[in-house]
Amino acid sequence: MSKTLLLGVEAIAQGALDGGLSGVYAYPGTPSTEITEFIQQSKQAVEGNVHRIWAGNEKTAMESAIGMSYAGKRAMVCMKHVGLNVAADPFMNSSITGAHGGLVVVVADDPSMHSSQDEQDSRYYAKFALIPAFEPSNQQEAYDMAYSAFEFSEKYKTPVLIRVTTRLAHSRAGVERKPIKPQNALNPNTDPKKFILLPANARNHYRSLLAKQKDFENEAFNSKYNKYVDGEDKKVGIIASGIAYNYVMENYVGTKCPHPILKISQYPLPSEHIAKIVDECDSVLVVEEGYPFIEEQVRGILNRTGNIRGRMDGALPRDGELNPNLVAKALGLKEQIGSPVPSIMVPRPPALCNGCPHIDSYLALNQAMEKYGPGKVFADIGCYTLGALPPYNAIYSTVDMGASITMAKGAADAGLLPAVAVIGDSTFTHSGMTSLLDAIYEHTPITVLILDNSTTGMTGGQDSHALGVLGNICKGLGVEEEHIRIIKPLKANQDENARIIAEELEYQGVSVIIPTRECIQTLNRRMKAKAAKK
Amino acid sequence: MKIDIILAGVGGQGILSIANIVGYAAIKKGLYMKQAEVHGMSQRGGDVQSHFRLADYEIASDLIPMGQADLIISVEPLESLRYLPWLSPEGWLITNDQRFVNIPNYPDEALLKAELDKLPRKVVINADQIAKDLGSARSANMVILGAASPFLKIDFESIENAVRDVFGRKGEDVVNVNLACLRAGREYSEKR
Repeated sequence: MSKTLLLGVEAIAQGALDGGLSGVYAYPGTPSTEITEFIQQSKQAVEGNVHRIWAGNEKTAMESAIGMSYAGKRAMVCMKHVGLNVAADPFMNSSITGAHGGLVVVVADDPSMHSSQDEQDSRYYAKFALIPAFEPSNQQEAYDMAYSAFEFSEKYKTPVLIRVTTRLAHSRAGVERKPIKPQNALNPNTDPKKFILLPANARNHYRSLLAKQKDFENEAFNSKYNKYVDGEDKKVGIIASGIAYNYVMENYVGTKCPHPILKISQYPLPSEHIAKIVDECDSVLVVEEGYPFIEEQVRGILNRTGNIRGRMDGALPRDGELNPNLVAKALGLKEQIGSPVPSIMVPRPPALCNGCPHIDSYLALNQAMEKYGPGKVFADIGCYTLGALPPYNAIYSTVDMGASITMAKGAADAGLLPAVAVIGDSTFTHSGMTSLLDAIYEHTPITVLILDNSTTGMTGGQDSHALGVLGNICKGLGVEEEHIRIIKPLKANQDENARIIAEELEYQGVSVIIPTRECIQTLNRRMKAKAAKK
Repeated sequence: MKIDIILAGVGGQGILSIANIVGYAAIKKGLYMKQAEVHGMSQRGGDVQSHFRLADYEIASDLIPMGQADLIISVEPLESLRYLPWLSPEGWLITNDQRFVNIPNYPDEALLKAELDKLPRKVVINADQIAKDLGSARSANMVILGAASPFLKIDFESIENAVRDVFGRKGEDVVNVNLACLRAGREYSEKR
């Protein structure tokens, strides 16, 4: 059978489509965005009327997926690792109610923080929620796992989590597809207590979830994704999970790995396999992408045996992404390195694009803020975070989606004035609206700039729920009309824009300024498409 | 047989179009392929690279180990040097000589040239000019791919066919200008 070239995330999307998916729910976030984009562009999804429109945030996405599962159909929800923090409430409780139609949660972690603010490891969330997790080591496994995850979920009436990391998410390889399965028919559950988490019900459901744990581990023990391959040199055994398994095997191309090796791609950890390798080998090197999740469980906090090695004892770095060289070093193998990087080399950090509207917003804001000094502009997650870099040096903080407004509020409560928030249009509708309501409720003196570039820019220009409705949302929430100011961020308007911002900085209540101009990337793309049509 | 390539450039320069063509040709030949790309924040004018691996056996790692790349193919000269630790001692570096200056501390042109001159196996080419002369400034990447083609271990005809297939839906003119750029790059490499 011929192979299709797919990114790891695309393989998940195709696997889910072929596995009978009825709906995908997601908010864009690197490195998970392309799962939903692939489904949006898929003819198969259009023909099957698969739901594929972006959600407002990860929580609403998770809840919609749960609803589709309760209706008996197969649903997938996709997000980046920090997105699961936003979706944590419905995620954790979905494991208590359990799933009905197959429910698959795909989370893409970003070790080394290529496009993120932390490198949290979603396997802890799966363990926290007491649900099975899959961690593909290659694109084929990514496809196969997504394909069969719905049946697994339906067999045990549990949501399941698929965890990928950036490198697999964005690496392409040939994938063999399987026969397309039909979607489930609408099939609501007949048990009236099943999905109502009243304490009395929840206590019962929780016990039945706990009772399933042994089954989950048995599945992991018998899983084709977890394999134990014996080796003669038992001085060292290797436990490798997900893509880290490939980094181990890269060091033995053309030969056989001399050490016993346990590959882990399905959780919870199969204790029998772990016991075998720990008992048979003098020491065990644990190689995993992300936190020392397996290592910590195997060694225990007391580290009594002292022979479990990995990220915690320094055999591998505690943080950051792995690669074949780091693994070679940990295995004591000879490393080959090319010539050093010349001393003239300088970093080339990302920057706001030429023509980006945020540039003009920041220039005007900086002009208005000049007399107040630094430390008063609280920013948010998006391209405009790059306003932290020279020549703008315009912002004081960036923490999580929607936080700018409430951080500015807290600072204003503390007496720091003026307090300014800078947030993008899509981030505002993601989780800035309730923050704004807090400030309106208390009439807190803050100035909020909602940078409206009519798209979700950082992730490549996905549709934004905020399109065309920002002014009305602010009015509806209770911002006074005369303090909702729409400006056009252009070089030519800089003085006028700075004057308007300065006016609102003086106002001792909630002001919202909306600099409105389309993202230069989406604009260029539209223009090109238009030219191509002619 | 294996060939490991580091593709380098600045976000937005379109290094992935090179990978696209070579990948297309390789898959047609039944080779295994893995190609790790950079998406997300770095695409906004930052340094970007792609690890591109082909072999006639199943490939393990998505990342090329250091010291094992057969080729660095770069659309920007400073970026070509960033990945020297990956280049094998017998490897070749193929780069555009046209600088993309979007940082205030970009190294001095003479110093940059001196570093490139130190390399024993390299092709440094003004791909922008060649592409412009052939009537398609946007096809500089195909000039660079052409310049790299003698080192690719894939016959040139297969690469030409991949260009035809990949650009086919954009019409014959686009195919022809890209083929011309590809051939001009190859000629430059072979003549030197």
